[in-house]
Amino acid sequence: MEKYRIDQSKGLEFGIYTLGDHLPNPLTGERISAEQRIREIIEYAKLADQAGIDFFSVGESHQEFFATQAHAVVLSAIAQATEKIKIASSSTIISTSDPVRVFENFATLDLISGGRAEIVAGRASRIGLFDLLGYSVRDYEGLFEEKFDLLLKINEEEVVNWSGEFRAPLRNAEVLPRPQNGSMPIWRAVGGSPASAIKAGNAGVPMFMAHLGGPATIFKRTVDAYRDAAQNSGFDPSELPVATAGFFYAAETSQQALKDMYPHINEGMKRTNGQGFPKQHFAQGVDPHNVMNIGSPQEIIEKILYQHELFGHQRYIAQIDFGGVPFERLMKNIELIGTEILPAIKKYTANN
Amino acid sequence: MKIVGLSGSKVGSKTRIAMDYSVKSLTEKFPNTEATLIDLAEYDVQFSDGRNYLDYVGDTGYVVKTIMEADAIIIGTPIFQASIPATLKNIFDLLPVNAFRDKVVSMLVTAGSSKHYLIAEQQLKPILAYMKAQIVQTYVFIEETDFYQKEITNDDVLFRIDRLVEDTVVLTETFTKIREVKEAEYNF
Repeated sequence: MEKYRIDQSKGLEFGIYTLGDHLPNPLTGERISAEQRIREIIEYAKLADQAGIDFFSVGESHQEFFATQAHAVVLSAIAQATEKIKIASSSTIISTSDPVRVFENFATLDLISGGRAEIVAGRASRIGLFDLLGYSVRDYEGLFEEKFDLLLKINEEEVVNWSGEFRAPLRNAEVLPRPQNGSMPIWRAVGGSPASAIKAGNAGVPMFMAHLGGPATIFKRTVDAYRDAAQNSGFDPSELPVATAGFFYAAETSQQALKDMYPHINEGMKRTNGQGFPKQHFAQGVDPHNVMNIGSPQEIIEKILYQHELFGHQRYIAQIDFGGVPFERLMKNIELIGTEILPAIKKYTANN
Repeated sequence: MKIVGLSGSKVGSKTRIAMDYSVKSLTEKFPNTEATLIDLAEYDVQFSDGRNYLDYVGDTGYVVKTIMEADAIIIGTPIFQASIPATLKNIFDLLPVNAFRDKVVSMLVTAGSSKHYLIAEQQLKPILAYMKAQIVQTYVFIEETDFYQKEITNDDVLFRIDRLVEDTVVLTETFTKIREVKEAEYNF
């Protein structure tokens, strides 16, 4: 775990992620400017840092209703504005990027932040960026696997010799600058299905597992598949961190949390994904065994501890801001995390 | 209420004739519904390549977005080689898995042989059910002999189409009402 800068004796890490969506607030119909949204994301990270939250990440989506396409640039501002919090992508679409440039950016980020940067590499759920950046969707899997392998190789080896199908070969290439400790944590983003988790396990890389909703036990299968695959490929699963990431919202009561969050999720998903979130499914989100962490602070603490018992994961990452949630609500959530949720989770998961 | 009539083939004219009659029946009996007829013969729809439906452009984009915005869909399909035509299956492949959630879908079938009667039951309904449609269970099966010179001449078929249209609207109203009441109970 040390290689991934995780100290398990301190308990479950708590993080926040944003996709960088830039959606109207469904309650007012108004959308803040892209400038304000980006500034608020930086401020959000700053508040998370001050609240003692462990991790903050920003995603890239190259489509309408998103503002952080240049997520590494946003992360760079966050690195400068924060002190202790780990910062990462969620995720970097490595398929349509040059792994050399991605590594250069994030290694630089690691130096700016004093060794706090990580990369989460994903495949993209929407694929408009393939056209935009000049790639063929037919190479969706091939591009990811090859470029992700190259990214890992650059991370491991100071002098790289490599050739592949989708990029010019590298001959005795030194990819600089190097991260603070020579290498940095690189995770594979997994959408929740075991098939992709098995690939992460086979490669022996940490898994960042996103989940929308449903019973936590469903996702346990994915975690198990990941660890089994790692074990079968000769890696020690106890040395490989797992992160889970999904919807989070804390309010005084679970009913209030549902009320506050539902319009944002439903309208936001309609715009970015083409289908809303069925109310019936969302109502089940407050069930103690549902993987969505929605409810009162006490209910959320119990849910996260239940998930921790189930998954044995090292990091939980909350998505709170999806769908034009007003900034004061985000501030309120960070306050609840910092004062109530985080201390309880650390208390019950730290080894001391 | 938005209702889309989907004529599912590029071949022949009988399905379109039946769909024209269905839309006419719909707009006469239910003038407040917003009816749109999509005849796949008139659109250049690409094969599904797995992208999100919002990412399709041109005719493909128009067809899938119009279907996704509908409250109900009346599908008209011929039977080819003992199955639904590829053009219609492609529409399903272009859409997300839960595309018909909260939608009512009804069917009319034109076929050259009565031996094809169960094709809709055994091949079309399972697809619609998988995609979460509320299915109008009774469909209208129309044979070659029911047509004469570009017109449906069998009154029984016309009556059955009228009932299919009515059932589609009534079920859509019913499920919408049920959903509204149920969602209000959640109180969020």
